[in-house]
Amino acid sequence: MSIKKFMYLNRRSSFGTVYAIESLEVVLVAAAFDQDVSLAFIDDGVYQIIKGQNTNGIGMKNFSKTFHALGDYEINKLYVSAESLEERGLSADDLMPLVYEDEDDNWEEKSSVKVVSNLEISKIMSKQDVCFSF
Amino acid sequence: MLHTVNKSSFERNSLKSCINTIDDTSVILLIEDGVISATKNINSSMIANLANQGRVYALQGDVEARGVSSKLVDNIKLVNYTGFVDLVVEHGTSVSWV
Repeated sequence: MSIKKFMYLNRRSSFGTVYAIESLEVVLVAAAFDQDVSLAFIDDGVYQIIKGQNTNGIGMKNFSKTFHALGDYEINKLYVSAESLEERGLSADDLMPLVYEDEDDNWEEKSSVKVVSNLEISKIMSKQDVCFSF
Repeated sequence: MLHTVNKSSFERNSLKSCINTIDDTSVILLIEDGVISATKNINSSMIANLANQGRVYALQGDVEARGVSSKLVDNIKLVNYTGFVDLVVEHGTSVSWV
């Protein structure tokens, strides 16, 4: 099977709608089929990977922990919109430390998260075979 | 009156409509994704003044779920579900800006 480039645009926060968790499920399916997967977090989507989420008070699953597993599925291209962070009073330091082990570099642990401009995201998007928006 | 807002100010204009409509004895309770509007961001001037008057509440469980406890606008009052019920009882009529 040929490998295609898939990009998932995450535009909503985690718990108000079902979009965020559905996106994560589909991302993991694509990874299971060894596709080339990128994720972009824009608009309120940046809240999906913010540090210190605690869902005890709302009785919902804290699936933010699942993002830590993406590295093990060789999903290590996570792009976060710098503009979306800034509008929301957030910075890169507020994001979860998501990492992967680079097999081409002696399994060194590296960050999967890159904060980039919207222009940069649009360039990456234009190189994909398929883009999904959630 | 009590007004609840459950959508992010970045995604819908519910908070804006609410603020444009309420009288000066009303209070706002931010719930679900509405608590995003309780954080310091480019939209927070919308509620800063009301918060200073002690008229903005946010549901604590929703704030903690979204990891924004340390980023709240000054003078937002946090309430739990019991506090939510108290607000409903205290203010009589409530409106949900969904």
